[in-house]
Amino acid sequence: MARKGDVVINIEKCKGCEVCLSACPNDVLALSKEVNSKGYHYAMKVNSECIGCANCAIVCPDAVITVYREKRK
Amino acid sequence: MKGNEALAEAAIRAGADAYFGYPITPQSEVIEYLMRENPADRTGMQVLQAESEIAAINMVYGAAGCGKRVMTSSSSPGISLKMEGVSYIAGAELPCLLVNVVRGGPGLGTIQPSQSDYFQAVKGGGHGDYKMIVLAPATVQESVDYVKLGFELAFKYRNPVMILSDGIIGQMMEKVELFEQQPRSKEEPEWATVGKKEGKDSVIVTSLQLQSEEQEKVNLRLQAKYREVEKNEVMYETYNCEDAEYLFAAFGSCARITRKAMEMARKKGIKVGLIRPQTLYPFPADAISELSERMKGILTVEMNAGQMVEDVRLAVNGKTPVEHFGRFGGVIPSPEEILEALEQKIIGG
Amino acid sequence: MSENTIKTPENLVYEKTSVMTDRVLHYCPGCGHGTAHRMLAEAIDELGIQGDTIGVAPVGCSVLAYYYFDVDMQEAAHGRAPAVATGIKRVLPEKYVFTYQGDGDLAAIGTAETIHACNRGENILVVFINNGIYGMTGGQMAPTTLEGMKSSTSPRGRDVKTMGNPLKITELVAQLPGTYFVTRQSVHTPANVRKTKKALKKALEYQKLNKGTCFVEVVANCPSGWKMTPVQSNKWMEENMFPYYPLGDIKVPEK
Repeated sequence: MARKGDVVINIEKCKGCEVCLSACPNDVLALSKEVNSKGYHYAMKVNSECIGCANCAIVCPDAVITVYREKRK
Repeated sequence: MKGNEALAEAAIRAGADAYFGYPITPQSEVIEYLMRENPADRTGMQVLQAESEIAAINMVYGAAGCGKRVMTSSSSPGISLKMEGVSYIAGAELPCLLVNVVRGGPGLGTIQPSQSDYFQAVKGGGHGDYKMIVLAPATVQESVDYVKLGFELAFKYRNPVMILSDGIIGQMMEKVELFEQQPRSKEEPEWATVGKKEGKDSVIVTSLQLQSEEQEKVNLRLQAKYREVEKNEVMYETYNCEDAEYLFAAFGSCARITRKAMEMARKKGIKVGLIRPQTLYPFPADAISELSERMKGILTVEMNAGQMVEDVRLAVNGKTPVEHFGRFGGVIPSPEEILEALEQKIIGG
Repeated sequence: MSENTIKTPENLVYEKTSVMTDRVLHYCPGCGHGTAHRMLAEAIDELGIQGDTIGVAPVGCSVLAYYYFDVDMQEAAHGRAPAVATGIKRVLPEKYVFTYQGDGDLAAIGTAETIHACNRGENILVVFINNGIYGMTGGQMAPTTLEGMKSSTSPRGRDVKTMGNPLKITELVAQLPGTYFVTRQSVHTPANVRKTKKALKKALEYQKLNKGTCFVEVVANCPSGWKMTPVQSNKWMEENMFPYYPLGDIKVPEK
């Protein structure tokens, strides 16, 4: 079974470009309905399927995503 | 020694870290001498023939941004190409030394000596409100000494310094006393990009400001610096001014010919003196203003169509008539015709 | 294990490298510049050369690159970055020197500086961002604009008969004996981003060997200039840019 992961998104720096959405293998991310202070819909977690692969963070042009992944037991 | 070669040797001895240039008549001997001399072996000084004057001045920018003593040289058409980089260097407040061995223009003009780049040197040349410190040697000795002085001023004010020479001084053979070899500096100025120091902010060399208020602050800082330069660095020589009724004003090689004309005039009983600005920026405006109060007239003698005459007129501010005599396009005026111009334009005028 | 216990320092697998500053990038949403910046910053970070690296920023969209890289940097006049980098490297040969340039800067106004720095084999890294358009000035034609591609100065599409052909400058510099490693990458998918970083890291490692210029092109999108969404622009890039600018190594060091 895949290890569990999690992401922290700096929503104020997110520009809602959606590049991370298609990079995620488990459709964990979607754009928010709300906007941040710059007026952008930002990326947010919509399920708990994150495996901590960091694909989203790697393609994020604005470096807004921090990724965690549980250690192998 | 030949002027250009003496200047090149002076660069090595002044502890220059690098020279970037591109050949052009009448100053190619500078880079030829440096390549022959191979200062990398003597002092570690780097010499590179760039692909263009534009590249050369931007190499100067890069190396100057690292806090190094850097120099380039060229002649008029090449200096025009360098003007983009000079503006950036002035804007980023980097020190460097440029040499213009002036030839006649405009365009390709002629390879013969001229002083027609006065405006370009002292009024800008590149874009934006900036000033170069401009030194005008009249002898090979002075062009050697100004290399050392030029580097000192460049670092004192973090500003480009130009030696405005001409084809006469560059090509002339003259006896010269070279100063002792200076060590290359090991200092790393805090404004230089030499690698980010731990715990310190990274160093950025730039001439760009996005906010107009910030750019205005840069301009105000530059202007304050230029006022300091004007206060501290004016250099000129006067000859026979004590009893003079008339005054010649001339710089560089032209001042030497004018001095001869002055001696001829004196033999004829005409009481004429000479002021020779050694710094064209800052200009000896106060000295000229003071002298003008007891002169019946002033004649500037220049190898151009009348450039320094504008600064002399500004300094004199109407207190006495100011006229210009010039030969240009590479023609060197004779003492006889200078004297004749004095008699016709000033004394008879 | 509950989610709350996952976000602990020992479980951290990815965060922004400290070689990038915390400033908000001024680039448009989805622009490849940010990712390219970050990969170069990560390469510098992983090699531990932050204090020994000097970068040169261009004129164009990435004119403010020095706000984002936490290394000493110089801002060059338009197109002159390779000459500025030459000046730096000649007086500080032990430092790592890179330029970061767009297509207008590197392949139009600065062609001479690019070619000659590569021809001299200056021991620098040239990072070339090719998005086929002038982004900063509002979407004008670039030397790398594709045939038929619309821009504000080729509104009916680039007509190669009158406007010239898209310039493959990377293939061109690969011909020069002075270049040591020449490659073309992209940053639009996780796999491509990883390859780009690997290339940049390799290029910086090669710089220590004094073998010549390393040249890394990154084919990038310009959603604003191309008038597409970021996701559309990445698809358009795959379908249109990559056939003309194929990804992969163009010149690799001989073993």
